[in-house]
Amino acid sequence: MAEKTDNRQVFLNPLSRNNPVVVQILGICSVLAVTAKLEPAIVMGISVTAVLAFSNVIISLIRNTIPTNIRIIVQLVVVAGLVVIVDQLLKAYAYDVSKQLSVFIGLIITNCILMGRLEAFAMANRPLPAFLDGIGNGLGYAAILIIVGFFRELLGSGTLLGFQVVPQCFYEAGYVNNGLMILPPMALIVVACIIWVQRARNKDLREE
Amino acid sequence: MLNKFIDRLRPQFEEGGKYHAFHSVFDGFATFLYTPRTTATSGVHIHDSIDSKRVMIIVVLSLLPCLLFGMYNTGYQNYLGSGASSMPFWSLMAYGFLAVLPRLIVTYAVGLGIEFVVAQWRKEEIQEGFLVTGILIPLICPIETPLWMIAVATAFSVIFVKEVFGGTGYNIFNVALVTRAFLFFAYPASMSGDRAFISAQPICGLGGTVNFADGISGATPLGQVATHTGGALQITNIVGDPVSSWDAFLGLIPGSFGETSTLCIIIGAIILMAAGIANWRIILSVIAGGLLMGWIANIFATPTYPASYLSPLDHLLFGGFAFAAVFMATDPVTAARTGTGKYIYGALVGIIAILIRVYNNGYPEGAMLAVLLMNALAPLIDYCVVQSNINRRLRRAGATKSTES
Repeated sequence: MAEKTDNRQVFLNPLSRNNPVVVQILGICSVLAVTAKLEPAIVMGISVTAVLAFSNVIISLIRNTIPTNIRIIVQLVVVAGLVVIVDQLLKAYAYDVSKQLSVFIGLIITNCILMGRLEAFAMANRPLPAFLDGIGNGLGYAAILIIVGFFRELLGSGTLLGFQVVPQCFYEAGYVNNGLMILPPMALIVVACIIWVQRARNKDLREE
Repeated sequence: MLNKFIDRLRPQFEEGGKYHAFHSVFDGFATFLYTPRTTATSGVHIHDSIDSKRVMIIVVLSLLPCLLFGMYNTGYQNYLGSGASSMPFWSLMAYGFLAVLPRLIVTYAVGLGIEFVVAQWRKEEIQEGFLVTGILIPLICPIETPLWMIAVATAFSVIFVKEVFGGTGYNIFNVALVTRAFLFFAYPASMSGDRAFISAQPICGLGGTVNFADGISGATPLGQVATHTGGALQITNIVGDPVSSWDAFLGLIPGSFGETSTLCIIIGAIILMAAGIANWRIILSVIAGGLLMGWIANIFATPTYPASYLSPLDHLLFGGFAFAAVFMATDPVTAARTGTGKYIYGALVGIIAILIRVYNNGYPEGAMLAVLLMNALAPLIDYCVVQSNINRRLRRAGATKSTES
């Protein structure tokens, strides 16, 4: 029973209380780069979740046979292999999004969240908790990406997933899309707002 | 009479009074009108007749010439563009006044509203920093900026540049300039081009309709320079007549509301320096830096960068350079604080402003970006100056010690 609650904690913690983006401040580069539109943000979130979950499981399975000296290299090989698979799948089935994400799928290899989870969790835990940890962290990352992408696309382009959301009569009345939302600085400010809300709700996360 | 009225109201806002929750709003108004009645009771304090409210009021006074001239110029450009036969002075002033009034009201309503809410929420006194910011924002924006854009940009910069860093006196960037930068990057179509800088519609029966189709272009001098291709560069005013440096000095050119007239900016600078508020080191070094960079650019003038053909003096007269040098770079909160640091800070503002203006055709005016960039670097400059001072004194102390022993 103790293990069961533990697993739940492992899965739920990274969603909010220990979120990789807004609490640990990891993976910020990709949050800036891929969230100008909602669709690439969702695809990126799913990709990272998949790569993180499976690399966690693989590393966890072979954790006792990896020599300590070369563990980073082994982790990188595993992650790189999975990233190439995801990249090829996207190219095959979602070519447009793959074009938009361009190099950032490849850069999942260097995403700090992956290295952090592999080092901190998968190297010391059994496959099932490692899998849940990967899913949890991936979803925590994806959630932030989707929130940021939602606001940036809504305010910056007036659309969501490519469909026009802001009614045409707004534009005729003089409303103009906010060009700054498309530029990377606004992604940082939106992330900062999420952190603000998060800290305001969880008092124990506040720093003095 | 007003004082008596405030005194009568006061008990209701004090501890236990009916409206205690709103005491910060009350204090804000009461100290704006009269000097505060509480004085420091502990520790050592420097006594001076000038407090931050008096500073703000002097800055507002020094901005008045620019504001008044901006009204006149807005009317002048409209009457010129619409082909009016006569231009009575008071009609021009009234037209400009009516054009800028909604912008002033919106800026103050949004900015002060946020300040009041935050002060209530944090249970602090209302700080009066927005008095100056609120008048600066309409002055540095094109006259045709839609009101809701001004509201959004003001709210953004007051919240994210000022309040999250702790309110007045803690902002790392100049709040008014961030408002301008937000507008510039968020709504580029409404902030540049040949229509933004001319008020084109009649207001309350004053002025006429400017018809941009009839060979009339309201592009600013720097806008014309940036889009200039081939041939001799000739800057023209709204109806196509050439513009002389003298016009640019007086300010009868299209431009952001209050920054066209170098003459009025000089009057403002004299008021600020006489009152000891603006630092002459910064103003001087910004102008020196601008002249130097303008001169260098002029020596290496190429057709690729049309702005490099402008003489160094024209660089000072056109666009927002002079306004930025006098009212933006000298903001005591965001500028460098050490004496040597002020020279370095000012010179870099001037150099970067002209550098962006000349070598980046995407941004016709670089003064805004230069000041913001140097705002970010000012603490670093101060740190280096202080450290080198400490090191020099340590060396001196070490040297005397070794000779003594």
